[in-house]
Amino acid sequence: MNRIKKFFSTFLLFELLKGMAVTGKYLFKPKITVHYPEEKTPQSPRFRGLHALRRYPNGEERCIACKLCEAVCPALAITIESEERSDGTRRTTRYDIDLSKCIFCGFCEESCPVDSIVETRILEYHCEKREDFIYTKEMLLAVGDRYEEQIAKDREADARYR
Amino acid sequence: MESIQQQFVQLFGTEWGSTLFSLTTNLALIFAIVIPLLLGVAYLTFAERKIIAYMQIRVGPNRVTFFGIPWLRGWGQPIADAVKAIMKEIVIPNGANKFLFVLAPILTIMPALAAWAVIPFSPELVLADINAGLLYILAMTSMGIYGIIIAGWASNSKYAFLGAMRSAAQVVSYELAMGFALVCVLMMSQSLNLGDIVNGQQGNSFLNWYLIPLFPMFLVYLISGIAETNRAPFDVAEGESEIVAGFHVDYSGMAFTVFFLAEYSNMILVAALTSIMFLGGWLPPLDIAPFTLIPGFIWLLLKIAFILFFFLWFRATFPRYRYDQIMRLGWKVFIPITLIWIVLLGLIMQLPESVRNLPLLNIWF
Repeated sequence: MNRIKKFFSTFLLFELLKGMAVTGKYLFKPKITVHYPEEKTPQSPRFRGLHALRRYPNGEERCIACKLCEAVCPALAITIESEERSDGTRRTTRYDIDLSKCIFCGFCEESCPVDSIVETRILEYHCEKREDFIYTKEMLLAVGDRYEEQIAKDREADARYR
Repeated sequence: MESIQQQFVQLFGTEWGSTLFSLTTNLALIFAIVIPLLLGVAYLTFAERKIIAYMQIRVGPNRVTFFGIPWLRGWGQPIADAVKAIMKEIVIPNGANKFLFVLAPILTIMPALAAWAVIPFSPELVLADINAGLLYILAMTSMGIYGIIIAGWASNSKYAFLGAMRSAAQVVSYELAMGFALVCVLMMSQSLNLGDIVNGQQGNSFLNWYLIPLFPMFLVYLISGIAETNRAPFDVAEGESEIVAGFHVDYSGMAFTVFFLAEYSNMILVAALTSIMFLGGWLPPLDIAPFTLIPGFIWLLLKIAFILFFFLWFRATFPRYRYDQIMRLGWKVFIPITLIWIVLLGLIMQLPESVRNLPLLNIWF
């Protein structure tokens, strides 16, 4: 009996029709595609995008050239040189991040004792030459100045968990 | 028409005038079929991408607008694709046989387009109303395989060659089942002329179509047609996962596009043949007022579109067959079914008159 049933269900293409019913049903389902430039997926405040160097509200740069980020960086993307400034504080003279090496792990941000180097939510940037991938101190500070409001808000939101 | 012919005779003399006239009219008719066909192919690729995308909960191509009309988003995609393909370089590999390499795509598309000559779009609209129409179609669709074999051979690449071999064996196997399925249609219609085959399905409603008495043959023909055109789930000739892209792996630019055009116009051809043989061609489904008002060729186009939708639906649904399974299906399942059905049909047709006049049977026999 079972064999006869199987024989007929094979010839009536029952299983094929069942499969087609599934795809036919999905034809009318609402589509989940995010239309990228017009729509964007939500981001977490912990998003790890382009790097930035922050300043204190009085305009003084936060970085104290402790070189913890340089030491912790697993991709060796950070290069720091430091000197004593005229007021006797230790400051960086060079702070380069090679974005073509960076793996965006966020260790630099985590190791920083003064919350100076941070990773922002920016993900839409590009470079046309390899040299352009090296972000210098001035460029990183400029990014920080420009997006400080957003950066501060994201640190605030995440402060409880740090 | 007559006056134009006379003008031709006046212009070129009696000897050349009528020859040139028939040449011009035939060329015009050929273009009248081929250009809409190629447009149909272009938009079939678009429909395929859209429908398969929708079945996979995606949206498909939706960026290229058609002359900047915002609600036709995506409709410029096939035109953009065509422009891209024309611009690209045709790379001929070093070890390839150059003559055959260039000849292969032409050999593939030629029969795919030539077969359209005998397709009747309505009782009057047919380019070549020949009595051996079906035979011509079978001959032309089998010709397409030469292009594929030559492409695989001329590329001088093992993947292309393997793809060509697979394709050749597959097409030859399914040609048999397809031919036997069509023998049933011939037995019913008593004619090889495609127009007569459609006329044989004339009646009050869709019950007269050969779809109903020959339903298993319809399925066999449809599935063999998919295998014949090397479409999913029978696309082992291309088999991206095993042999890269099969017979056209070394083709690029317009040469590749010609293969592409041939594959899709073959698809439309198989759909057109299925609608003519089994779905009553240009006949409306019911012979009453609202249906009969619509012209015949629109019915044919609707039926072709319906079958093509199934082709795309199959592609979105079924995984690719293993090669030995394809051969098993062709030789051990389809050919026995068709043979049994031919015998059965012959027996029914030889029944005494009184039995064939019973209700239901009298519609078809």
